[in-house]
Amino acid sequence: MQPIQQIRSRTVVLPFTNIDTDQIIPARFLRTTTRAGLGKQLFADWRYSTDGAIKPEFALNRPEAAGCAVLVAGHNFGCGSSREHAPWALLDYGFRAVISTAIADIFRSNSLKNGLLPIEVDAPTGQWLLEHPGAEVTIDLQTTTLRLPDGTAVEFPVERFARYCLLNGTDELGFLISTEREISTYEQALRP
Amino acid sequence: MTALSTAARAASGVGNLKTMFQKVWEQHEVVAETPDTPAVLYVDRHLIHEVTSPQAFTVLRERGLTVRRPERTLATIDHSSPTRSDQIFGGVPIAIESAAKQIAQLQKNCAEFGVELLDLKSDQRGIVHIIGPELGFTLPGQTIVCGDSHTSTHGAFGALAFGIGTTEVGQVLATQCLLQRRPRTFAINVHGALSPGVTAKDLILSIIGEIGIGGGTGYVLEYRGAVMRSLSMEERMTVCNMSIEGGARAGMIAPDETTYSYLRMRPRAPKGASWERALAHWRSLASDPGAKFDREITLDGGRFEPMITYGTNPGMVMAVSGSIPERRDDPVFDKALAYMGLTAGAPIGGQPVNVVFIGSCTNGRLSDLRSAAQLLRGHHIARGVRALVVPGSQQVKQAAEAEGLDRIFIDAGAEWRESGCSMCIGMNGDTVASGEYSISTSNRNFEGRQGPGARTLLASPLTAAASAVRGRVTDPRDFING
Ligand code: SF4
Repeated sequence: MQPIQQIRSRTVVLPFTNIDTDQIIPARFLRTTTRAGLGKQLFADWRYSTDGAIKPEFALNRPEAAGCAVLVAGHNFGCGSSREHAPWALLDYGFRAVISTAIADIFRSNSLKNGLLPIEVDAPTGQWLLEHPGAEVTIDLQTTTLRLPDGTAVEFPVERFARYCLLNGTDELGFLISTEREISTYEQALRP
Repeated sequence: MTALSTAARAASGVGNLKTMFQKVWEQHEVVAETPDTPAVLYVDRHLIHEVTSPQAFTVLRERGLTVRRPERTLATIDHSSPTRSDQIFGGVPIAIESAAKQIAQLQKNCAEFGVELLDLKSDQRGIVHIIGPELGFTLPGQTIVCGDSHTSTHGAFGALAFGIGTTEVGQVLATQCLLQRRPRTFAINVHGALSPGVTAKDLILSIIGEIGIGGGTGYVLEYRGAVMRSLSMEERMTVCNMSIEGGARAGMIAPDETTYSYLRMRPRAPKGASWERALAHWRSLASDPGAKFDREITLDGGRFEPMITYGTNPGMVMAVSGSIPERRDDPVFDKALAYMGLTAGAPIGGQPVNVVFIGSCTNGRLSDLRSAAQLLRGHHIARGVRALVVPGSQQVKQAAEAEGLDRIFIDAGAEWRESGCSMCIGMNGDTVASGEYSISTSNRNFEGRQGPGARTLLASPLTAAASAVRGRVTDPRDFING
C-alpha cells in the first residue's frame, strides 16, 4: 500500500446520491482473479454506451477530468455490494480520495485498506464541492484537513488506526499477525 | 469515531444489562479496542466463494502464509456458476470463459490450502447464505463473515454476521481474526401481526422504506417484537438478509425455540452432550430486558402491505396497491424514474413485466418456492413473459422436486434451474435485456444489476408469481382473496 501524506488535486464531481458499487464497477467485470486493470471498467455503464463508445458528456470523459485524483460524489457513496473491486477500480483509474457527505460502511473500510482515502464532510461543504467541479483542493492526512480554494480548512474524521496505517503504508495483516500470542490463548480457551 | 465508540459502549450497556450484540461481541474480543487500535475480533465461521476470494489467496501466497484454521472456513461456488444442468453435470463446458476460470481458481486454491469446497457437482452446493444455515454451519452466538454483503442473513440465528472485503478475507484466512471498531446498536420493534398476503419480504421492504437506505449505517440492527417471534427461520433470514439494504452491516434476531428446532437435526450442528451445552449458551444470548440501544424505533406490523420497488435503490419502495410518489425538484429521483421508464403519480399495479425471477439468497428457500408454487398451481404465466425459478441450493432443489414444485413451475411455463445467484446479479449470463422490466425476488434494484439497462422491480415470491400470471404487476391478494 502506498503511504498517503498529502493529496493536491482538482476534483471530478458526480452529483448523484446513493452511488452504489454496482455503478462503480458492474458485476460482469468481477469475473477476474487479479486486481490489475479494473480502472478501465470504472463506472463502465456511465462512461461507455452499449456499443463500447465513450459518452463524451459524462464527467470522467471530459478533458478537464484528466489527472484528477479526487472524486466528489453525492450522499451515501459506495452503498450496496461489498466488492473490493470498487476501491481497486477507483485506485487503478487514478483516484486517491473520495469526498461525500456520507460514505457507506463496507466501502469505507475496503477503501482504507487499499490506500483510497474516504472523506466525509458536512452538508454545506459537500454542497459547495458538488457545485464547483474542478475546484483545487488539498487534503492533509497528518492534520486530517481538507483545504478549499479560498483557504477554508475543513476537518474530516479518520479512524485513528486507519490513519496511522495510511500515513505509514502499514498494513493490517502484519498487525494481526503480531497478536499471534493473544489469538492462540483465545483459541485454547474455546470450548471444544 | 473513537469518541463515538466509547459513547456507544456506554450507551449499549446500562449497568450490567447487555444487548445481544454486545454479548456476542465481547465473547469474541481477542484484544479489546483502544482509542488507538480497533478490537481484534475472533471469527468462528468463514464462508468463501469464487468472486471475492482469489486475490486473498494471492496475498497468502505472496507472503508465504497458510490458512490458520481451515476447518472454520467453508467454500462454495454460487455467483458465477451456470444454472444449466448440462454445464454442471453434463460435461458441457461452462459458457462464460472468465467464469470457468474463476471457478477453477477456487478449486485450485481450496485444494492447495486445505479448505473444504462444496464443489460444482456437490449436492450441498448453493448460495453461501443458504447453505450455511441449512447445513447447521451457521449457529447462534457465533461471529460469521463472508466476502459478501448479504452475510447479514446469518444474523437470523442470533449470530453476529457481516460482509467483508477481499483484503479482510485474506486476514481471516491467515489469522482467523479481523480488526473491527464496535458499531452502534439499533432496535427495530415490530408489533402486531402481518396480514394475509404480506410476507417477510414485504416486512423488510417496509422497514427499509421507513429508515431509508442509509438509515442503518454504522449500526447493528436487532429485529424484535411479536412479528419477528412469529416468523419461521426462513422468513427471519429474508428479513436479516436485507439489513444491508438499510445500510446496516448486520441484523440480528434473538434465538428461540423456532431457531433450535430448525437447527437440531442439521448435519453440522452439535450433537448429544455438545448440543445440550450449546443450547444452554444460546439461551443466554438474548438482549437483557431493559438493555439500552443507541437507537430504537417501533412499527406496527398490522399496517404493512405487499410492497414493490419502483426506483433504482431498495429504499424507493411502495405498496403494490399504491401510486408512484411524486417529488419536486429532485434530479436524482427524476433520473431514477427516467431509468425505470415509470411516471410519478401513476399506479404501479398493471405495469407490464417481461421477466420474472424467483430465487436468490433473499427468497430462494423452500418456503419461498412453496408460496410461489401455491399461487401458480393451475395457472399459466402470461404470454410473452419469461419466468426463471432458481432454487437457492441443491438441497432446496431436491426438497422442492420431492414435493413436485418443479412440475408446478414447469407446467406454468417457467424454467427450473440448478442453484446459484443467477439473475440476482447476472454474472453467469442469466440476465435481463436492456429496457426490459423484471419483477425479481432478489434484493437489489440498482441500475444494471440484472444486466445493462435492466429495470428491476423487487417484490415477494407471492407478488412475483401473481405478476407472472397476469404479465403485469399484480397485488397477490387478488388471488388469495379469490
Ligand atoms: S443471491 Fe444475489 S445477493 Fe445473494 S449472494 Fe448471490 S449475488 Fe449476492
